[in-house]
Formats: sequence, C-alpha cells, structure tokens
Amino acid sequence: MRETPSGIEIPRVSGQTPTAVATQAPAVELRGIVKRFPGVVANDGVDFTLAAGEVHALLGENGAGKSTLVNILDGLYQPDAGEILIEGRPVAFRSPRDAIAAGIGMVHQHFTLVASMTVTENVLIGLDRPRFRLDERRYEAEIGRLAEAHGLRVDPSAKVWQLSVGERQRVEILKVLYRGARVLIMDEPTAVLAPQEIDDLFRTLRSMTEGGRSIVFISHKLGEVLSIADRVTVMRRGKVTAKGLPAAGMTKPDLAQLMVGREVLESLERTWLPPGAVVLSLENVEADGDRGVQVLRGVNLQVRSGEIVGIAAVAGNGQSELAEVISGLRPCHGRIMVGGEDIANLPVRKSIQRGVAHVPEDRTGVGTAPNLSLVDNLIMKRYRSRPIGHGWTIDMGAARAAASELKDSYEISAPSIETQARLLSGGNIQRLILAREIESEPRLMIAVQPTRGLDVGAVEAAHRLLMERRTAGAAILLISEDLDEILTLSDRVAVLYEGRVVGIMDAVDTDVNRIGLLMTGGEIGDTAAEPVAGPGAR
Amino acid sequence: MSLPFTLRLEARLEVSRWLSPALTAGALVVALVVSGLILMVVGADPVRVYLHIVGSSLGSIGAISDTLVKSTPLILTGLACALAFRMRLWNIGAEGQLLLGAWAASAVVLVPLVPAGAPGPIVLAAMLVAGFLGGALWGLIPGVLRAKFGVNEIIATLMLNSIAFAWIQYWVFGPWTEGGFQMSRQFPVEAWLPRLSDLAAAVPAFRGLTVHAGFLLALLAAVVVWFIVERSSWGYEIRLIGDNPRAARYAGIRIARNILLVFAISGGLAGIAGMAEIAGVVHRLQDNFSPGYGYTAIIVAYLAKFHPLRVVPVAILFGALILAGREIQPSGVPAMIQGIILFCLIASEVFLRYRVSVVRPLPVAGAAPGTEP
Amino acid sequence: MDLELIAAAGIAVGTILLFAAVGEILAERSGVINLGVEGMMLIGAVVGYATAVSTGNPWLGVVSAMLAGGLLSLLHAIITITFRADQVVSGLALTFLGTGLAAVLGEGLSKAGAISLLPRFSIPLLSEIPVLGRIAFTEQSVLVYVGYLLVPATWYWINRTRPGLHLRSVGEEPAAADALGVSVYATRYRYVFAGGMLAGLAGATITLAVQPGWFGALTVNGRGWIAIGLVIFAQWSPLRAAAGAYLFGAVVQLTLSMQLPPTILGLANPFYQYHPNTFFLEMLPYALVLVALVVGSREATRKRIGAPAALGIPYVRGERGR
Repeated sequence: MRETPSGIEIPRVSGQTPTAVATQAPAVELRGIVKRFPGVVANDGVDFTLAAGEVHALLGENGAGKSTLVNILDGLYQPDAGEILIEGRPVAFRSPRDAIAAGIGMVHQHFTLVASMTVTENVLIGLDRPRFRLDERRYEAEIGRLAEAHGLRVDPSAKVWQLSVGERQRVEILKVLYRGARVLIMDEPTAVLAPQEIDDLFRTLRSMTEGGRSIVFISHKLGEVLSIADRVTVMRRGKVTAKGLPAAGMTKPDLAQLMVGREVLESLERTWLPPGAVVLSLENVEADGDRGVQVLRGVNLQVRSGEIVGIAAVAGNGQSELAEVISGLRPCHGRIMVGGEDIANLPVRKSIQRGVAHVPEDRTGVGTAPNLSLVDNLIMKRYRSRPIGHGWTIDMGAARAAASELKDSYEISAPSIETQARLLSGGNIQRLILAREIESEPRLMIAVQPTRGLDVGAVEAAHRLLMERRTAGAAILLISEDLDEILTLSDRVAVLYEGRVVGIMDAVDTDVNRIGLLMTGGEIGDTAAEPVAGPGAR
Repeated sequence: MSLPFTLRLEARLEVSRWLSPALTAGALVVALVVSGLILMVVGADPVRVYLHIVGSSLGSIGAISDTLVKSTPLILTGLACALAFRMRLWNIGAEGQLLLGAWAASAVVLVPLVPAGAPGPIVLAAMLVAGFLGGALWGLIPGVLRAKFGVNEIIATLMLNSIAFAWIQYWVFGPWTEGGFQMSRQFPVEAWLPRLSDLAAAVPAFRGLTVHAGFLLALLAAVVVWFIVERSSWGYEIRLIGDNPRAARYAGIRIARNILLVFAISGGLAGIAGMAEIAGVVHRLQDNFSPGYGYTAIIVAYLAKFHPLRVVPVAILFGALILAGREIQPSGVPAMIQGIILFCLIASEVFLRYRVSVVRPLPVAGAAPGTEP
Repeated sequence: MDLELIAAAGIAVGTILLFAAVGEILAERSGVINLGVEGMMLIGAVVGYATAVSTGNPWLGVVSAMLAGGLLSLLHAIITITFRADQVVSGLALTFLGTGLAAVLGEGLSKAGAISLLPRFSIPLLSEIPVLGRIAFTEQSVLVYVGYLLVPATWYWINRTRPGLHLRSVGEEPAAADALGVSVYATRYRYVFAGGMLAGLAGATITLAVQPGWFGALTVNGRGWIAIGLVIFAQWSPLRAAAGAYLFGAVVQLTLSMQLPPTILGLANPFYQYHPNTFFLEMLPYALVLVALVVGSREATRKRIGAPAALGIPYVRGERGR
C-alpha cells in the first residue's frame, strides 16, 4: 500500500518486480538516443526501458530532455542516432501516425484539442474510419461506452471549450485508448489537477496497467513519482543519471540528489515583517471570461505591503482573469482599490502609473515583443517618463544605458542589448520581464506562473527576486499552478474556486489536504472572510 | 527515389548584421534572373530591356530629372505604406488616398476655395493642406472600420480605392470637365509647383528639366517620418504594436487610437503625393493620372524594409522602372517584375529566421548507431 | 427593367464570385489565407480564353484555366507553408504577379474574335417553376448549374465527412491534427491548390461564359477582392457565400440596368439625365462590400466565432503558441 498526497491508499499490484520482467520482452526499449536542436543537445545517448505492465516514471527538472525523449517515442521527432524497439522489434517512426499504429499513445502536457469541436470529433481526428460519412451519433455512443469502461467521466457530445481542465485530460486519454494504445505516455499530467483529481487519475492509470498496458509517467514532482511509479529513470541535462531503479524504498531526497546532484529543497530567506498597510483590496470583483461566461463571482481579497499572497486554484477557476482585471486588461464589476484609489476598468496605462506591475503568464505572447531588441523590451513601461522619455521623443542613449545596467544586474544572458528577444532562452526572457517590472519599483506586483518551464537556476533566481521585493515593501499577488511554489513563497494562501475566494489561511501551518479540498469545491461556505491580520509565526 | 540526405529548416540562433542586406541583394538578383527568363519566353530580349531601363532613366540629365519626377509620388506613397506596415496595418489604399488628395487640392483651385488671383505661395500652401487632409480623411475611413469593427483593412482600403477612382471620374467627366473630355481645365500658374526649368533663364543647363518642388517635399517628408518612427515615443508605440499587439496592450498602449493616427498620417502622406502630381506634373485634374503609384509603393516599402530613409533610393529605383516601363512591350511586364521581386524578397526573409541544414537519416536498426551529423 | 431578367443575370454574374469565394473558403478553412485571388482569376481568365481560342474547345479552356489557377496558387503554398513566410504579403505578391503575367500572356488576345462559348440551356421541369424557374433554371450557362451543385457539396464535405473533419482540425488546431497523424502540410497544400483551381474556374466563367472576351485587367475588375470580402461576410460557410454572391450579382446587374431607362418608377432617372451620375452607381458594389465586411466582422465579434483559429499562422511542429 502506498499513500497519495491526499492520504488515500492505492493497492500496488504485486508481482511486477524487475526480475519477473526479464522473462518478457520489454514493451519499449530506447537505446543510445541522440537528438540535437540548434544550440543544445537535448538527448545525449539516452537508454530507457519500459517493462510490460509497469508504471515507469521519467524524472528530471525542466530542460532535462524528458519531453524530447518521449516526443521521439511518439513519432513527433526523429532521433539523430539510436534505436527504438517495441516489444523487441526495431521500428522507425517517421511521423506520429507510425507511433500510433505501433500502439504508442501520448497525452501531452499542453492539450492538443480543437476547442470548437466536440469530444467525439476530437477523438476521431486522424483515423481512417469512418471512411467518408461522419455518423456522429454512432461514434458518440461508441466513445461513451469506452469512457465508461475506464471510469472516465466525460460527455462525448460536449464541445471541448465547455469542459474543465480535468475533463479535457480525460478526452486526451480517450483519444489514445480509442486507438488501441498499449503504451501510454503521460507528460506532466498532474500539473493542472487538484489533489483529488490526481487520485482519480492514479486510479485510472492503475486499472490500465492491470489491463496489460504500460505507462511512462513524466514528472518533476517527487512525491507523485514515489506514489505511482514502479520504477524510476532520472535524466539530467540530456543524459540518464539513474536507469530503471525500483521506486520502492526510495525517498524524496534520494530522487532530488539524482535529479540535480545536490539537495534541492529550496531554502529561502524569509524575514519576518510587521504587517504593512493594505495595498490591494478587491471588493466584490466580478468579471466575464472570453466565452462570455462569468468567471469571477465576487472576489474579496486584501494584500498588504511586505506580504506575498498566493492564489491556489485549479486551472480554469478564474485566476488568469483575476490577474487581467487587476492590471486593466479585462473589464469587471466591483472595486479594485490600490493605495486607496479604485483602478477597476481604468486603462492599462493608469494602473501602470499607480505602481502596478504584472509578470504575465504568457512570456512570449504578451510579455515581450519577440523581434524587437532587449533595449526596446526593457523600456516598455518607462518610455514615457524621464530619463528615457522627454515629451514626444525618446532618448535612445539613455535607453541603452539603462538596458545595459539591467542586463548586468539581473544577469540576462544574451550576446548584446540589441539582440532580439525571441533569441533568448525561457529563463532569460523571464529575467528580462522581472527586471523590467521590478525596476519600476512597483508597490503591487502580480506574478502569474512566474517559474513555469524554467530550469532550477532560473527558478531560484525568480524566487529570490520576488522575496527581495517583498522585503522592500511591495505587495505581491502570486498566482501559480505549482502548489509547492505557493507554499514556499507565500505568507498567506487564498484558494480560488469557481471565481470566489473560498478560503484564506496562513501558509506556514496549513494542511495541504484542506487546500486541495477547497480547490476542488469541498468545504464551501466557511472561511471566506478575511482573518484579522496578525503576525505570522515563522 | 531517395536521396542520401534530407534538407531541413532549423531556427537560426544568431543573426549577423550583414545577413539581411545580403539576402535582399540576393533576392533582387534572383528576381531579375527569373524576370529575364519570362521575358525570353514571351520573345523579348531581357538584356536589351534592362539596358533600356537603365538608359532611359539615368542616361542623361534629362532622363535623371524625369526619373526624379516619377519617384516623387513614389517616395511619398512609399513612406505612407512604410509607416502603416511598420505597425502591421496593411494600408493598400495609398492609391485611393493619393486620388482624394489630388481631388482636394484641385478643389482649392477649381471651386475655388482660395480667391482667384491669390499669390502662388498661398495657393500652393492651401493645396498642400487640402491634399493632406483629403488623403487623411480617406485613410481614416478604413481606420475607423478597423479600430471600431475589426474590419479587415486590406479589403476595405481596396474597395475605397475603387470608390475613389469613380469619384474622380465623376468630377472630371461632370462638374469640372473641360469640354466633355476626362480632365479639368488647366490650373492657373499660381497653382503650379516651381520646377527647375523655371530657372532656365538664370541657369541655361536647367532648361527642360521638369523636376519640381514636390521632390523636396518628399525628401523632407522622409526625414520627418524617420524621426517619428525611430526617435519619438509614438514611433516606439508603432513598432511595438507592429511586433506584438498583445504586448503593446499589456504595456498600456492604446491600440485603437494608434490605428486611427497611423491611418490618418499615412493617408495624408499619400494625399500629398496626389497634390504634388497634379500641381507639379499635370497641372490639372484628370482621369487615370496615376499609373498605380499607390500599389508600387507597397513593394517600395517592402524593399526598404519599412525604413523611411531607405524608401528614397528604392523609390528612385522604381521610378526608373515606371518611366521605362511605359515603353516596354508587353505592357504587363513591369507589374510582373514587381510581383516577382516581392516574392523573392519574402522568400529570402525566411532565411533570416531559419537556416538550411543537411541531415543524414537514421541508420537502419542493427547497424552501428551514431553515424552523424 | 425586367426584374426577373436582372435576377437571372445576377445569378450568372454571382456564379463568378461564388467559385472564387468557395475556393478561398476551402483554403482559409485549412488555415492559409490567400489574397492572390484576383491574380489567379486573371490567369484563369486569360489561359482559359486563350486555350479556347486556339483549340476551339471551351471545355479545354475550362480545364486549362483551373490548372493555371492551381499552379499559381502552388507558388503561394510553397512560400507560406514550406517557407513559412507571411501569408498576407505573399498573397499580395501573387496578385501583382498574376495581374502582370496575365497582361503579358493576353497580349493580342482582345483581337481574337468570337469563340464558341460553353453551352447554355434550361433545365426541364425546374425551369417551369413560377418565378424561380425563370430566374434560376432558364437559359443559364452550364457553369451556373455547376455552381448550384458545388455549394451544397462543399458544405457537406466540410461539415459531414471525415476529410472535412481533418480540414477543420488543421485550420483550428494544427498541433492537434499533427499529433494524431494528420499531415498539416499536405492538407494545406491540397486545399490551397483547390482554392486556386476554383479561382481559375471563376476566371474562366467570366471569359468563357458570362462576359466573354479579354479586356486586360478589366476582365476581372476587382472581383477577386470582392470574393475575399464575401468570405468574411459568409463567416466561412459556403451556403452564406452563395447567398452573398448571388445577392451581390443581382445588385450589380440592377445598377447597370438603372442607367438606361428615362424614368424609374415614374420619376426622372438621374443617371439617364446626367451621365456622370452613373459613376456613383459604379461605386455601389464596392460600398456594398464595405457594408458586408462590417456586418460580418460585427457578427463574428458578437457570436465569438469567426475565422479558423489558426488562420494566417504558419505551422511549425514543436513550436507552441504564436
């Protein structure tokens, strides 16, 4: 018996020990896989073996090469060297089609679903059946039966844009099951799920292995790896540092050591600060989402100077829209008080002037102008004021000087300040954005998914910068899907569910299970009110 | 058939400074070669055609003067397009805005909006303002449609081009017609832009040179637009919106306001081109006085990479092409060459972002792995 | 002013727009916007006409027109799909190229003299339906009837078949289609080519059926652009495109016939009295397209539907987002 994060026990099927596996050809074997991209060797001679009927975790931090490896197995990429063997036979996949035909099914981290089509239509894309005419009703029934057989609750006739994130994941799983996948690859499947949904998922995975399927489970979450995996392979910087070790008996520090070569548990300096003045006060904020459906249903929240409030929420409960209404990118009802002034529905420029900084979720789509230089990107919020802006003109000399200074002090790695932003790595783009937002010395910072997809070094840098801002007296609203990050950084945690704050608590003595319950709608009705501010014991 | 290798496009990590001009030059060469081939297919001699173009545009002082005359409206409309395209506003309506500018400037003289007999500088100044306003207002129509309703500006400006064309026809066949021909009466001398040949009495070498003050206006406009785009905060906003409108919005820039402003200025520049044509060259309003300056301007702007100062030499180049093109048979050749140039340019741009790499395929399983590259 | 005759002529003229618009709908549904319709129509018009003149067979003209339009569109396809260049500019370049090339190829064609056109006929039984029969099924060119069949066939193809599902998925979320084994590149090439062929057919409809003869660039006279505007008005649906095309054709024919009679409805005809007033009638079709664009764009914003989500964005495997 092993425990999941929420404490529920999942029986482990016995008999699948490594020695028993040797009598049967492995479901998948990858030998000596090499894959290069411009500027980086993503996979450097990687060996990986997946035994039949096991859950094998592929562990590594962001940028280790796990996604590349499974994309090769999935047929999306072709390896530069190496072999792939399925059940002992060598194969070469020229496209995802070949992989699907060989029984490989991948559930991507970023769902590849057509939002405007129904579940059934999404499942049917790419198949050779039906030959010509699309008989929706018949296939809806068929897919409905398949879903039920595997305990996946989803309506086959619903349009995907109407579905929750958890339901969309079930559609992705249905897609691969419908194609008769024997090997499932799950790429960071729990990143968007609440703790209870994670348990559901693990139950589904177990029932699949009992049916003879084999599962590759990619994650960087040590706790989950320990609870679901039979064996673990660890990758670091394109190489395998531990191949197929049995998970039983391992601990988180063991795995951390293999992942990054040192104790990874972050130790951030947190200084105790007396409670400051209220900087941000949200009063009954309501807003509609892109589809016209109401997503914020009366949010009440306060953030004080010198504190970090983390918003814990499952994707799709309004947290993105919350960031947008505060920074002025989305209209809303209600009041948003910053420093005593209501900035709700004011133009974006006004909230910037009032000292609101926004580190956006979408670094390349919103946070930077990809073809413009570092200089142009760094002055985005300051070009109207001195010393860079003078009335109608821009002093490019001053702009360049300021950019140089920021590049050095924030350690943005780039050939020069004239380099185009799109040529920077993800971590450096985030450094650029943080440099720009912090430099304006904002009194309120909204950071949305600030470390998604970044390697450990960049994550530490970002966390450090946020903490420094906190010490300097800024109020910080942290929105992140990573519960660990929220718990590490926040003074207080507010849970957002279906557009309302359903619970606020101090981060230090909080019960993760309770947060998980609140995130998925349990315990509605209490602790929606703000607690009286008091010193947070550390 | 299987090659021992495959070609693949890989993202380019660094862009060296000489790559862009080299690619542009390469694209031009390819375009000229391809055009030459097509010319041969239809029975013309490409070398003779190209030499003719060079000769009739640069062969003598008079030729150069004629080239500059043709390039004046191209510089102005090229600036109009470059400004708008910098913001990814596809103003294909420079032709219509040019026509409306010409019409408004004509109205100053023909209505008349300035009393007859007024001194030249006053009349010309009024025509200049009218030309700018005419083009600006015509440009604001698609601007409003785009800013308020999200209407695709390419089709909107094209429709407005056709409407403008018919509008001019109404006036030159109707109220302003001279004897029923498709032109207005000739403008009085006060409404003529001064030319070099006006100074022939003092400088005999200037006799017969028709290059006019509009050329100076165009150069001045180029400097002004350069300043706006590269040195002003408004220009920064334009460049940011053009590269990533979502980031611009996030930075607090008001996009709708900028759409209107850019369309107005862009239209106004094209309107000045119209005014310069009728006040400097034809001295009347007539049907079909523009051989498609507003359309050629698109290619000029693209070839100049939307950079205001580079528009000038490129416009002169295309002025030569238009000048010589009038005599080239078949008549579709200049348009064809322009299309081929544009194609080669955008194809060459791809190599700015990607480079071609040669990849040997995966060795057959069972053989020694790890061959290369 | 015989309204039935005007409507019938309107359908014939509308068929030109219809073919071009449906072709563009197919291309755009796959995610590629092709603004070169005007150029492809001109090429189709001149090649079709020239072939008919030299072989005496208008059907050969139709086939060659479609091939020519398709070939030209392949240029756009290569540049935008394989080379991933900007689709808007490539389309504009295609227009320039097509216009110029057509003028070059059509040199001397206007003096070619009469040719045999495609057959016109009435459909028995259907042509006897009161009003509708006289308008839609009497003495129309064979291509008009092809248009009647093309519209529901295209609708069915897009919405009710498996290949149509793949088409839609490539235009909405190419990453999803790619991951499931649908070849995004091949699909886009196919439908851009189809769009080119239909644009070529539209050109042939002009010179071999509805308005025979070659008049240089005036042969198409901006109708390629009108067709693109119609696609937006049609919200990418072939049925609405047909309605828009026929309506448009009817209005154009109406304005043409309004110029002739001395009185309209008992009032003095301003276009007859003062000829320059007819230039305002010439503006009318273009103004109508502007109205159609506004209507289409507002509807898209209101209903939150609209263009295929991936329209205009080159697809690169492995690149996430824009």
